[in-house]
Amino acid sequence: MCLSRRGAVLLSLAALLAVLSMLGFMTLNVQSDWSFIIPYRGSRLLGMLLVAITMGLSTVVFQTITHNRILTPSLMGFDVLYVLVSSLALVLWGTEYGTSWPIELRFILEVAVMVVIALLLFRLLFTDSVRGLHMLILLGMVGGLLFRELADLALRVFDPSEFSIQQGSGMANFNRINLQLLWVGLLGVGVCSVLLFRWRRHLDVLSLGRDVAINLGVPYTKIVTQLMLVISVLVSISTALVGPMLFFGLLVANLAYWLTGSHQHRWTLPASVLAGVVCLVGGQVLFEHILSSSLPLAMVIELCGGVLFIALLLRGVKQ
Amino acid sequence: MIETRGLSKKYQDTLVVKDVNLQISKGGLTAIIGPNGAGKSTLLSMISRLTPMSAGSVEIDGLDVTRTPGSELAKRLSILRQHNESSLRLTVRDLVAFGRFPHSAGRLTAEDQQHIDEAIHYLELGDYQHRHLDQLSGGQRQRAYVAMVMCQDTEYVLLDEPLNNIDMRHAVGMMQLLRRAADEKGKTVVVVLHDINFASCYADHIIAMRAGQLAYQGTAEQIIRNDVLSDLYEIPMQVHELGGQRICVYFRHASKPSRIP
Repeated sequence: MCLSRRGAVLLSLAALLAVLSMLGFMTLNVQSDWSFIIPYRGSRLLGMLLVAITMGLSTVVFQTITHNRILTPSLMGFDVLYVLVSSLALVLWGTEYGTSWPIELRFILEVAVMVVIALLLFRLLFTDSVRGLHMLILLGMVGGLLFRELADLALRVFDPSEFSIQQGSGMANFNRINLQLLWVGLLGVGVCSVLLFRWRRHLDVLSLGRDVAINLGVPYTKIVTQLMLVISVLVSISTALVGPMLFFGLLVANLAYWLTGSHQHRWTLPASVLAGVVCLVGGQVLFEHILSSSLPLAMVIELCGGVLFIALLLRGVKQ
Repeated sequence: MIETRGLSKKYQDTLVVKDVNLQISKGGLTAIIGPNGAGKSTLLSMISRLTPMSAGSVEIDGLDVTRTPGSELAKRLSILRQHNESSLRLTVRDLVAFGRFPHSAGRLTAEDQQHIDEAIHYLELGDYQHRHLDQLSGGQRQRAYVAMVMCQDTEYVLLDEPLNNIDMRHAVGMMQLLRRAADEKGKTVVVVLHDINFASCYADHIIAMRAGQLAYQGTAEQIIRNDVLSDLYEIPMQVHELGGQRICVYFRHASKPSRIP
């Protein structure tokens, strides 16, 4: 029941790479005072770590619940759903809402609304008869598009000038992390990670399918609802910090399966986080300091994830 | 004892199971038979809490299945359905080990390992125990899942068409194994069977269903009879005694001439 030798080696390598990336991010090309660098780069690093954790964990857990390796919360439009909720909140409450309440409270309220909608959607899509995978991807794509357009529309109606500001954050950007939400995000990620780690054995059983899970005494409906709640919170945090990313979760989850070669969540969950850290922090170091390139990292990651998505779909069609 | 009272299942407007009152006493092998669409599988999955019932109740040793915690029931009753995940990157041994989950919640003790070894040996999976599920044939995978259920070591073992997709040799092996589980380990085995002759040769009790209702119920001798079976399946059936076993013959009958000109 332990990790194979290959898995252990690869996982250690990934951990080493992740640590090196973080060190590199903090220390390369330091030209000013450390007292400035540490909080400046440190907060960005923390933001990226939070995104790596949220995306990795939420995708692996979502794929376990839905028994597939292609669907992710992002592909089902969960992240754009959060964008829609926060845009609508902005419109409904007007500017007063934006100024008088602390931003953390606004964020928590938005997450609460988002969780309720996501749970309803999930119930609608996944209970009773399990539809075909391709049907679900299609529904997710259409849903995502619809949410995105609705969010745009809401903001355009609200304030054309505000719209142009908000539109910039429609795409993930690691140079402009929403640092105001760092601490509330850290808290949320901490709670969710502890919960998921405590449920790791239940997650292993859930991957065997609903019937076997119930047979083995797992309270299926209850635990799946709780897991969906955790996923919605994680996706909201990630989207609030950097914006929506369509294929990043898919990329790190599949990297985690490949790295560990295991079905056990005690390995795949941390592996997905490590893969995310290497991709995000390592990628940032590579682009910013080594290549001195202005290429947006998010776009490159999305490209890789997109290619993987097509490859997975084609392989699925062949089988 | 498994007891159902007024058990019904409704999908939209169609009743798939209608008001079934049933008692399956402890011990022995009970077969559920009947034509396609008779509600056999639905009945089994309602008894095992996989499908919520529309009306009625199910009790296992006096415990209501809808109210008793799932983890408690998992130590008394196990269920295996026809279709199971086959694409998992999981070895046979890992899968069988999941059978211990109700007892040890994922932390395997030495006693659990003993149960796992025994189940693997019982289903003759020793040679494949370190192979991945997706590398096995359909029959081997089916046996791996049965080994998991055996490893769960419950008083009641419910199986939905365990003979599907496996050849004659393994079908006989499977039925002998279930018979042994009932005789040697005192388990109560309930199986949905399509092959009437397997029911005749191995079952102690037979429950016959038709159109969602209980049609007949009794010992194998009472059910494996010309009149009962002909009525149940709506084709002429003849029961012959061959080598001490009651075998139904129905494959070709002269009574209705074929309509092909």
